[in-house]
Amino acid sequence: GSLSLSSFLPSLPPSSFLISPVSPPGAGDQALFTSLYTPLAQQLPREPMEWRRSYGRAPKMIHLEANFVQFKEELLPKEGNKALLTFPFLHIYWTDCCDTEVYKASVRDNMMRWQGKLRLHGSADWVIVVVETSDAKKKNKTNILPRSSLVDKIHQIKICVVLSDPLQDSSRSQESWSAFLLKLRTLLLMSFTQNLGRFEDDMRTLREKRNQPGWSFCDYFMVQEELAFVFEMLQQFEEALLQYDELDALFTQYVLNFGAGDGVNWLGSFCSPVKSWTGLLLRRPIDMEKRDGIQRGQASLLELRSYLFCRQCTLLIFLQRPWEVTQRALELLHNCVQELCLLEVSMLEGALDCWVFLSCLEVLHRIEGCCDQAQLEANVSHTVGLWAYATDKLKSLGYMCGLVSEKGPLSLELNRTVDLLAGLGDEKAETVHSLQSPYKKLKEALSSVEAFERHYLELSHAAVEMYRAIGRMRSAQLIGKSLAEFYMRKGDPELAESFLQNALRSYVSEGWSLPVTHTRKQMAECQKLLGKTENYLQTSALLAGDANLTDEERIHFCQEILTFANQSTDSKGKQPKVALSMSSFAQLKQLQFRPATATVHSGTALQVELCLLSLMPVAVPLEQLAASVHLNLEQGGTNGKTRGPQSRPYPGTVLFPLANSSGMPPSAACPSLELEEIQDRSPLDPHTLNSTGMVCKNTHLVMRRHDSSPSPDTPNLVSPVPVVMDDGAKVLMSGDVTLLPGNNSIVFSSQELGTYTLRQLCATVGQVQFVLPHISPLVQYEVYSQEPQLTVEPLTDQLLAGLPQRAKVRLQTGHYTVKKGDALQLTNIDSMPVLTSSSCPATILNSTAEHVGESVLFIQSSEKVTCISLPPTPPYHTLEFQLEVLCVIPSDPVWPENQRLTNGEIRHRNIFCHCLCHCLCPQMSIDCPWSIYSTPISLTFYIPFKAKHSLLSAGNRKYIQVCLQNVSDVNFHLMDQRLTEKHQESSLELQSLNTKAQQLVCSKQSVYCVWDVRWKENMPLCLQCVFSASFSSASEEVSSFKPYHYEFQLERVTTLYSVRAEIMPAAGEQNCHSGSLCGLEMSITRLAEPEDNEDDGETEEVCSTKLMYEVADSSNSWVVYGRSSGLVSMPADANANHRVQVELMPLFAGHLPFPDIKVFKYLPPSANSTSQPDTDGCVENDTLSLLDRPLDDQGDTASIRSRGSVHSVGSGEQQSRGLPMPRLEPFNPGQVFNHSQGCQVLVLPSTDDHVLEINAT
Amino acid sequence: MEHTQSRDACWHSRHHSKMAVCIAVIAKENYPLYIRSVPVQNELKFHYTVHTSLDVVEEKISAVGKAMADQRELYLGLLYPTEDYKVYGYVTNSKVKFVIVVDSSNTSLRDNEIRSMFRKLHNSFTDVMCNPFYNPGDTIQSKAFDSMVSAMMVQAS
Repeated sequence: GSLSLSSFLPSLPPSSFLISPVSPPGAGDQALFTSLYTPLAQQLPREPMEWRRSYGRAPKMIHLEANFVQFKEELLPKEGNKALLTFPFLHIYWTDCCDTEVYKASVRDNMMRWQGKLRLHGSADWVIVVVETSDAKKKNKTNILPRSSLVDKIHQIKICVVLSDPLQDSSRSQESWSAFLLKLRTLLLMSFTQNLGRFEDDMRTLREKRNQPGWSFCDYFMVQEELAFVFEMLQQFEEALLQYDELDALFTQYVLNFGAGDGVNWLGSFCSPVKSWTGLLLRRPIDMEKRDGIQRGQASLLELRSYLFCRQCTLLIFLQRPWEVTQRALELLHNCVQELCLLEVSMLEGALDCWVFLSCLEVLHRIEGCCDQAQLEANVSHTVGLWAYATDKLKSLGYMCGLVSEKGPLSLELNRTVDLLAGLGDEKAETVHSLQSPYKKLKEALSSVEAFERHYLELSHAAVEMYRAIGRMRSAQLIGKSLAEFYMRKGDPELAESFLQNALRSYVSEGWSLPVTHTRKQMAECQKLLGKTENYLQTSALLAGDANLTDEERIHFCQEILTFANQSTDSKGKQPKVALSMSSFAQLKQLQFRPATATVHSGTALQVELCLLSLMPVAVPLEQLAASVHLNLEQGGTNGKTRGPQSRPYPGTVLFPLANSSGMPPSAACPSLELEEIQDRSPLDPHTLNSTGMVCKNTHLVMRRHDSSPSPDTPNLVSPVPVVMDDGAKVLMSGDVTLLPGNNSIVFSSQELGTYTLRQLCATVGQVQFVLPHISPLVQYEVYSQEPQLTVEPLTDQLLAGLPQRAKVRLQTGHYTVKKGDALQLTNIDSMPVLTSSSCPATILNSTAEHVGESVLFIQSSEKVTCISLPPTPPYHTLEFQLEVLCVIPSDPVWPENQRLTNGEIRHRNIFCHCLCHCLCPQMSIDCPWSIYSTPISLTFYIPFKAKHSLLSAGNRKYIQVCLQNVSDVNFHLMDQRLTEKHQESSLELQSLNTKAQQLVCSKQSVYCVWDVRWKENMPLCLQCVFSASFSSASEEVSSFKPYHYEFQLERVTTLYSVRAEIMPAAGEQNCHSGSLCGLEMSITRLAEPEDNEDDGETEEVCSTKLMYEVADSSNSWVVYGRSSGLVSMPADANANHRVQVELMPLFAGHLPFPDIKVFKYLPPSANSTSQPDTDGCVENDTLSLLDRPLDDQGDTASIRSRGSVHSVGSGEQQSRGLPMPRLEPFNPGQVFNHSQGCQVLVLPSTDDHVLEINAT
Repeated sequence: MEHTQSRDACWHSRHHSKMAVCIAVIAKENYPLYIRSVPVQNELKFHYTVHTSLDVVEEKISAVGKAMADQRELYLGLLYPTEDYKVYGYVTNSKVKFVIVVDSSNTSLRDNEIRSMFRKLHNSFTDVMCNPFYNPGDTIQSKAFDSMVSAMMVQAS
């Protein structure tokens, strides 16, 4: 038998080829095929085949399924037939003939006939299948046709496949099956590819003719769709979709060209009026009804679009791209609206809305049908557009059909509804039984006001929810707003309010002024209906000041406020006033203080001028404008004794940052940085900076989160926030002000004492108060009261004692008025007389340090007081004058206590300070007329000189030297230096060796004066002297000399011993050599007999005095060999002499100074002083401790520790403790005279350096 | 009522030249720095439209932000198609947004042309920012910017 392979559409499920067996008449092959059909149909699609494609398209693996059709001549395609779906791709001739006889008798002819028919139709794709069965072979063993021969015979003709034992389960059978199937697939695919290529070529040719007259889009549509079907059957959905997309694009292009004026005939059919708007229908894979319409060229634009989209939708869902469906759906709907517009298709008003509405819902239903809930929720962003679009369309239908008004639809609107419903036709069979079809929804929604409301709200809420869920808040608000409009139309303002508030808040926070104005207008309407008076008034205030509105509208809203304000005073009387935020009504722009310091003293008026920018379109009469102020306690002005007028950080004028008008977004009006430089100065030195930096003063405003709720300063923009009024606060008031549109200036004045902070501003119009709850930046002013204050300051840096000096007296009157006759009374003190002149000039300054007057003071001086009569001076002024005072340098010397040592000894230094502290602080007190207490005044005077004295000796002769140092910064003339003995008892004569002329002592310089002391009788033990000189300032022209005195005391001046030393070279040497020993011979001679009253320890032993000598080398040029110190007992008679020899070695060559020789009084320990054997006078006493000496003589001990004695001093430390120790006492200066002081001896370098070196080590 | 109005706009728009009907510059904080539209009577609607489109702008910025913020393309493409208008978006690196609204019937505008409009807008905006007298964050009052925008807008018929 023969078979044709072809496929059918669309009645069969897509994506399969069906092949039916075809048996030739009068043959038994039908049975053969039937027996093989089931395995064949099953196995053919089992393995994929690689499909190679023309035009460089990528190869694909496809599964071939076939539709087997019995061969009929009628089925063969005629010339020019474009059908691809019913095309027989492969013809198969089935035979199981294995008998030569049979073959020759019937099969061959049959085969030839079949081939002839095929050839006649130009079909070259055929195959002959020979089925071999072992049964058949067995049966006809005699006439067996050799398999090869038959095959050969057939092969001569064309192609032949052998299928062996197909129904038996053997390996041979399987092999043969797979070979057969492979062959079949290859042949089928080859034919398919060839025919498809041909088809595509034809299709392209047809498309190229599209600009020729008579070309029809619908015809072409059918051709290309055929291709799409084929791809769909092959499960090549992508390819199939591409065909539809190409069709879509082609059509779109024609419509656009039409819009551009390039019309084509075939488009005419699409321009016909639309009579049906049933919407998309996506439940069937292929809408045959619409397809027929297209095929007939009778489809409307909407029908074509619907059909096309339906196919695309089907394919996209096969491709599992449901979200592309929704996206394309929205595009399609928008596009259709545009295309209808372009093609000027006439349509009943609202019909398109119906179509869009139904289509949206249909798409959503379709998508819901193929996705689960979780997928839907995750992809809300893809569906929400359709929801919103449907909502929008239903809304406009509702408005159009009168379903939104409170009264219900009019008859005109009812007629329209009927017409619209008529265009929907009957519900399609697929959805008749479903409860919630788009069709039913629309029909129901349009049927009654209530049903519409239900459906509309359901849709709206769904859309809002979805938008919220994906964070598209603005879109949600927009739908919310249209819901609000709906509620307002329905007369339901309660429900509208929250939606409006939401939207308004968003617009305000993001600063979109037009939407703000628009929404606020709706809000006003809503609030008025709700009777929310306060809110309505606040909104009205905002609208009245809204520049986006026309003047008429603004005046209307302003009038609303004024009407309310006046009306309620008339009728209700005592009602609490309505407090509204001021920022919508007027803005505080500027504030100015007069005087600019914002600080006045009590008794004067402080003026505050406000500049208010009225935002109202008309003049508004205010009953009063009040600024409440807050008294700052922490800086109470009344007791600010020391506070005078201070400069404020703001120079009198405070500019307020422009609060955002409704046009400016709050985020844009974000406060600018207020920066200030800070400097941290060192407290000690004002010229040194510790650190400097910048601070931002308004971080709390700048850093504020912008997304947080509106700041308290702008509460009114969305809904009024209760304005808190300061109650009981002090208030600055200004009554009966009329605020004109634009800038207004209002002046307040204040006199009350204290520091005040401006807090609130409140404008009252009848029952309405506009309150500015906070004034920012902080503004303060101060009204202060000050106690009178008196200060005395030196005019120069330092006041010098002993000379007339000027001091400045400043009287700050404060709140006190200096009357005529008021006087200051100074208690006179002796150390600081006021140098009175009868009058002195005074200046009067006002509080801002301006010169206001001159006056003369009269000064009267009595013994006890000096009385300065003051000129009349107004309060808060400053009176300044100068006083000349003199501080007397005290003539009796101040012996400082610390000069006396704790053990009662007087330090025997030859330098005495006159005074350690060189300043004098005389205390003065002044009685002031405003106070019962006297004011103590202290001035510090510095003594300009410092004096030192010293005693100089030469053998028995004595000299006194006084050094006078000028410690001040001024140069002085000095004259008439004199030294006198204080008591004039002794027969002492002091002969001056100084110049008699006047001397100049420059600043920080000294003058030395020397006197020769001579005496006739015994020298007194204690000598008390007074040095006096006259000085005057060198800068003064008329020199008036002032005296200076310096007293001092000298004790035990007489020279008792003289010491004479001599250094002798070693025996036989001419000179001393460095490194070799030489001898020091010293002789101590008593010059005067010991006096009886010398010192207590000494008087017991009259016969002799014990002295201790010490050779110490301070210049490290000598080494003492052997003892460096020793005791010497001096007989009491005059001219007693004692010689001591010490061995020395010079270390250097050159003129070396003699080593120091010191002599001390030796006071033996009192307990065993008598038993001390010291007849020869030379006691080895290196262990003698010097530690017992006063500690502050450390400088002297150091010199004793010369090289030879260091160790012994150290070792004696311990054993001397606890035992009564001998003491050493130094002589007073001048008691021991050293003849060889300052002598030098020549030391020659060592002759043998080597020896020296060895010796030294 | 709004519906019929837009229908009329649709009829008229066919005769307009192929340009934008609304151009807006929006600050980082989402307030308008500049917004102009034709025809003037539809201004409010455009304001609402542009404001709503910020939803999508934010969505697109944050979607890209996760992946690679620095290599983000400034052009955001079509944000928000409506029946009557197509809204395109563009965001600068400093998060200033440009929005161009085109009439839906204006099908001849290609994506490239929209891009080049945005580029021009961006350049001109940069010039405005470079002006030392311009305080960043203030609304744009520049005449040069204005005239550049005018050149891109539909001439009101």
